[in-house]
Amino acid sequence: MMILTNPQTENADARRTAGSVSAIEMRGVTKTFGEVIANNNVNLDIRYGEVLSLLGENGSGKTTLMNMLSGIYFPDAGEILVGGKPVTIRSPKDAFELGIGMIHQHFKLVDVFTAAENIVLGLKEEGRYDKKEVARRVREICAKYGFDIDPDQKVYTMTVSQKQTLEIVKVLYRGAEILILDEPTAVLTLQETEKLFSVIRNMRADGKAVVIITHKLNEVLAVSDRVSILRHGEYIDTVNTKDATEESLTEMMVGKKVELNIARDDIPDKKKRLSVEHLSVTSPEGVKILDDISFEAYSGEILGIAGISGCGQKELLESIAGLQKTEDGASVVYSDPEDEQDKQLIGTNPKQIRKLGIHLSFVPEDRLGMGLVGSMGMTDNMMLKNYSDGKSLFLDRKQPKELAERILKELEVVTPGINTPVRRLSGGNVQKVLVGREIAAAPTVLMTAYAVRGLDINTSYTIYNLLNEQKKSGVAVIYVGEDLDVLLELCDRIMVLCGGKITGIVDGRTARKEEVGALMVKKV
Amino acid sequence: MLSNTQSHGKEPFVRMVKRDGVPAKKAWGIRLIGLLLALVVCAVLIFAITKLNPLKVYTTMFQGAFGTTRRSWQTVREAMMLLCVSLGLAPAFMMRFWNIGAEGQILVGGVATAGCMIYLGDKLPSVLLFAVMLIASIAAGALWGFVPAFFKAKFGTNETLFTLMMNYIAIQLTSYFVAVWEKPYGSNSVGIINDVTNAGWFKPLFGQQYGWNVVIVLVLTFAMYFYLRYSKQGYEIKVVGESENTARYAGINVKNVIIRTMIISGAVCGLSGFLAVAGSSHTISVSTAGGRGFTAIIVAWLSKFNSFVMILFSFLLAFLEKGAAEIASKFNLNDYVSDMIEGIILFFVLGSEFFIN
Repeated sequence: MMILTNPQTENADARRTAGSVSAIEMRGVTKTFGEVIANNNVNLDIRYGEVLSLLGENGSGKTTLMNMLSGIYFPDAGEILVGGKPVTIRSPKDAFELGIGMIHQHFKLVDVFTAAENIVLGLKEEGRYDKKEVARRVREICAKYGFDIDPDQKVYTMTVSQKQTLEIVKVLYRGAEILILDEPTAVLTLQETEKLFSVIRNMRADGKAVVIITHKLNEVLAVSDRVSILRHGEYIDTVNTKDATEESLTEMMVGKKVELNIARDDIPDKKKRLSVEHLSVTSPEGVKILDDISFEAYSGEILGIAGISGCGQKELLESIAGLQKTEDGASVVYSDPEDEQDKQLIGTNPKQIRKLGIHLSFVPEDRLGMGLVGSMGMTDNMMLKNYSDGKSLFLDRKQPKELAERILKELEVVTPGINTPVRRLSGGNVQKVLVGREIAAAPTVLMTAYAVRGLDINTSYTIYNLLNEQKKSGVAVIYVGEDLDVLLELCDRIMVLCGGKITGIVDGRTARKEEVGALMVKKV
Repeated sequence: MLSNTQSHGKEPFVRMVKRDGVPAKKAWGIRLIGLLLALVVCAVLIFAITKLNPLKVYTTMFQGAFGTTRRSWQTVREAMMLLCVSLGLAPAFMMRFWNIGAEGQILVGGVATAGCMIYLGDKLPSVLLFAVMLIASIAAGALWGFVPAFFKAKFGTNETLFTLMMNYIAIQLTSYFVAVWEKPYGSNSVGIINDVTNAGWFKPLFGQQYGWNVVIVLVLTFAMYFYLRYSKQGYEIKVVGESENTARYAGINVKNVIIRTMIISGAVCGLSGFLAVAGSSHTISVSTAGGRGFTAIIVAWLSKFNSFVMILFSFLLAFLEKGAAEIASKFNLNDYVSDMIEGIILFFVLGSEFFIN
């Protein structure tokens, strides 16, 4: 048995034998938070000169496991070996000394500092801060791996991708041999992702051990050599990427085969439900966010809204929901199927819309900051929109409680109880509570903004199916999404926004992905 | 191979893990341990500094607060005052409106009460006089709550600074009226108002001088509990406190809720000024509020805005104050020692929340 003394002094020749030398071994690692088991008896093998994907659904314990390597958490049981030697990682400092560097999902940078200042921040080097020397070393690292970064640029002027690059450079500057990236592509565009992957490949070629945490299968297949799969905190298996397919990985990740096809029925006899005309919105800074938007939404169809994020999707939905101030001349007319009257929604607020007898449901992008009250349990959240019904001064919690129990059962919400603050639930369960409530309100128009963002495959499909059922029962569904594949499979029509303008409305059944992609960047 | 079992690593000395919901029983156990630890630390300190027997000091403390019937009632009166102010602060803090202006709201309530007693004491029949005093104190407090709330709602001003500044206005206003109502001339104090007729003084209830104080505050305790927990307005307060965006999404008029809630908050604090003047001191001075507007913030937060838990913490703080004052005088210690004891006990009680959350 070969025992290595220190990964940093270990010679580079051994490392170049790609994927043969163990960097980190985790054996039987267990971590619990209160009654929740985040990791149970997990084994993991990270090797130099190799990219390992850590794959799993939301809440499967990927980040927790890696946080134990970076010194943020300490395992309850099990052991960690670095270079074959058992180690104790008590703090991020310990981790750095062992050559482990983690790039977190939320960046830990000082906005008003330059890139170079952020890099040396916290380093205990002798002597004074030599700006030129730091810049030289930063450029050296950049040249070696293909980064593009200006050491003198202030962080607050950087794009998300640049900030991420800076985080990686920071870790490399400290001499990390083992890099862990937590969902690195979540915030990147397609081109930026490609660039990141090429950097990762360069690091692999240099003999570094790279771990990427992800739940995106295409990325796993594109960049990694091996895949380790976690499910509900349990270690499932490790396979070579070349032997894996999307289907086999999905099965290991979710446990049961998920039907990847969405049944899209064509509902006959569509009725006009919403007609938006000349809708414009200007931000307080004077920027035009929505520019003369006109479209119609029909019952029995899902109208998809595609676009790069920040192109006015949020403002569009909020204008319809009575939450956004609009420019003069805008009109949003709701055709009520009950009394067959046309009702103007511009100039109303959510309460007035309810008073008009309009069943408008809205699943906003910011679930805990707008759709739900984080500190309240399911019951109290159920009555958020209709608590004021009736003349009594006091609340009636009977019906909300029944509704909460129904949603808990039907949507399989995982929570310690219906009175547990919803903030404590995982992202997917929070969304189930929100969508459940909005659908229970028997809407005639249902608007959703990024309804599956951050959710795992299982929960995403629960949501798709719910939306599909709503459509079948005659609801006009508006679905703002970011995944083009899903939009093309789910929606009857897709409206594309670019820079606050409509660049096209296409048929979801016949449109091609490239066509929609082109509309998303089209200048009008 | 078996040679090195040594470097299996030591556990870190301290590991902090966020707890997920501690059962209520355990939580109270932790608080009790905190209190006991505080007493032990105080004992060591008392002995180290004064060489007195700590047990004796504690006994004296208890006697100071509950030694005689009279003292017990004074402690109760003090606790009721604190409780009343805390009840007033609860809705504001629940809405995440940092009302640190209770001190001023108490004072203006007190000034209004004293004014009614002075000008109307011999003109109105007793019942009517009380009604006018009550309404005047509530209205004055409500006004003091309304002003910062209005500016916050309309112009987004910072309520912390605003309510704090309102305190200074209230203090100066009180000074002004003390000068106007000065009696006897040159004493720079109002003296006991209506000391001959006792007009506008709380009558004893069930033979107890502070009976009315207890009854009024306890009724208010129940009312506030149900208001915050079961009323629609209480629900709105919670939603606005959590997130204004969520409130807008739910169709709640955030500005109205802010103003309405602060009127209620100020009104209850104003009412405690009424209790302080009519039910207790029968005079008015700049020290009528006596820092209770700030102490009550501790009570409200420690109780997590639960009215019934507030009773407990009000008594704890009232007990500490009375007890500490007693040991200061009995053992010829100055006030600073009692302040230290108070501080240490509060530190441990607050500190135990760290192990609960």
